[in-house]
Amino acid sequence: MAENNYEPTIVAFTCTWCTYLAADLAGTSRMSYPANLRIVRAMCSGRIDPQFVLTAFQWGADGVLIGGCHPGDCHYQEGNYKALRRFKLLKKLAAELGIEDERLRLEWISASEADRFRDVVNEMVEDLRRLGPRSGVGEAKPVSASAAEEAIHA
Amino acid sequence: MPKPKVGLYWCASCGGCEEAVVDLAEKILDVVAAVDIVFWPVALDFKKEDVEALSDGEMTAAFINGAVRLSEQEEMVHLLRRKAQYVIAFGSCAHLGGIPGLANLTDRQSIFQYAYRDAPTVVPDDGIVPRQQVTVPQGDLKLPEFWERVRALDQVIDVDYYLPGCPPTPTVIANALTALLEGKLPEKGAVLAGTRALCYECDRAATKPEKGCTLSEIKRPWEIIADPEKCLLAQGILCLGPVTRGGCDAVCVKGNMPCTGCFGPLDRVRDFGAKGLSAIASLLDSNDEAEIERLVNSIPDVAGVLYRYSLPASVLFKSAQTKGDAP
Repeated sequence: MAENNYEPTIVAFTCTWCTYLAADLAGTSRMSYPANLRIVRAMCSGRIDPQFVLTAFQWGADGVLIGGCHPGDCHYQEGNYKALRRFKLLKKLAAELGIEDERLRLEWISASEADRFRDVVNEMVEDLRRLGPRSGVGEAKPVSASAAEEAIHA
Repeated sequence: MPKPKVGLYWCASCGGCEEAVVDLAEKILDVVAAVDIVFWPVALDFKKEDVEALSDGEMTAAFINGAVRLSEQEEMVHLLRRKAQYVIAFGSCAHLGGIPGLANLTDRQSIFQYAYRDAPTVVPDDGIVPRQQVTVPQGDLKLPEFWERVRALDQVIDVDYYLPGCPPTPTVIANALTALLEGKLPEKGAVLAGTRALCYECDRAATKPEKGCTLSEIKRPWEIIADPEKCLLAQGILCLGPVTRGGCDAVCVKGNMPCTGCFGPLDRVRDFGAKGLSAIASLLDSNDEAEIERLVNSIPDVAGVLYRYSLPASVLFKSAQTKGDAP
């Protein structure tokens, strides 16, 4: 794919009480941000199973954004802390699996922070455009042993 | 009635699965009495030609252990698939890719580079690397191709049943054989072990932390002498019992070692590692970002812990291997 035509796809998992409302407010306030985002609403950032994130990548997402309430503001009291713990571990795993830092992001965005939502999306789209398409994870390319041998001798 | 014909074969594996069959001890005599073993390279002198000579579907069951790494293994499993009515993936490597599957974290060139050049025990200038084809006075010698990726058995051929475990325990094997001989096999695609998490059959389950966070330190098994009565998670040792399929009777935990997940995920789990990650993260005893990071960083090799037996079957790697199946 030609680098200049590349448009990243970002899947955003947003909690229904804060970040989803921020996205809604950004819309009703006529704010504009790139159309690279696909929003999936979850009841709580604590509901976002790491399997969702990996599946989003599996289905071709270039980046995943998780949005939740600010610490202390969770509608379910502690769900966002649970999200934070999972995120930190997931981030480490993702790095080991070859998923770059910019592709996975957690942000606390309250219902009134539409401008912050817009800024985060803009920033992430820019980061991913710069980074280019995701590649390398598990690409199955049977190559003959002689080719590998040549590579060693080269 | 003629005895059912059975074949056993190994691909990329350590030999433990073959050993597990021998570990059936006296029960193996019952097996030998009940079935006709027509192929078992590790123990009996049958050749590939003997399998080729069978008519298609003549073998009742082929038990295949090991992941698929070489062209030879791929060829053999296709052959066995043709000859057998049931193909049973035997052990973690055939089931999910297993330990050899961790090689998918790197690529073949790096593997060759390390194994034949950089490893401390290798004399770097001896120039010996495996060649796929070598001509000697007696003729051409050929080696199988070494694929770029390790695959689980069902990423290569259609698999009817799975026997999980590294290796499967004698009980799991004996139950599967009995089901096969009595024609009481479950629905195709079933994993022939427990349907509940390992914790349900663990003697220490009563001391398992149920609510709230508990891991304020993560310890590796050699760092402490674990209390043999208390849940290992409650003692700070990462045990994957909560997310691992039961059926092994918690043999490792009985030996005071944590579950490392060899029986694989439960039925409705898409990705074992992600589920294990959830379970561990939920136990970290902190709401403070820096403290969480400290705890997370105290786990060396997260991918190795979470995908020890299942990397080729994880959603990310599986998708790359079977492109086009995603909506």
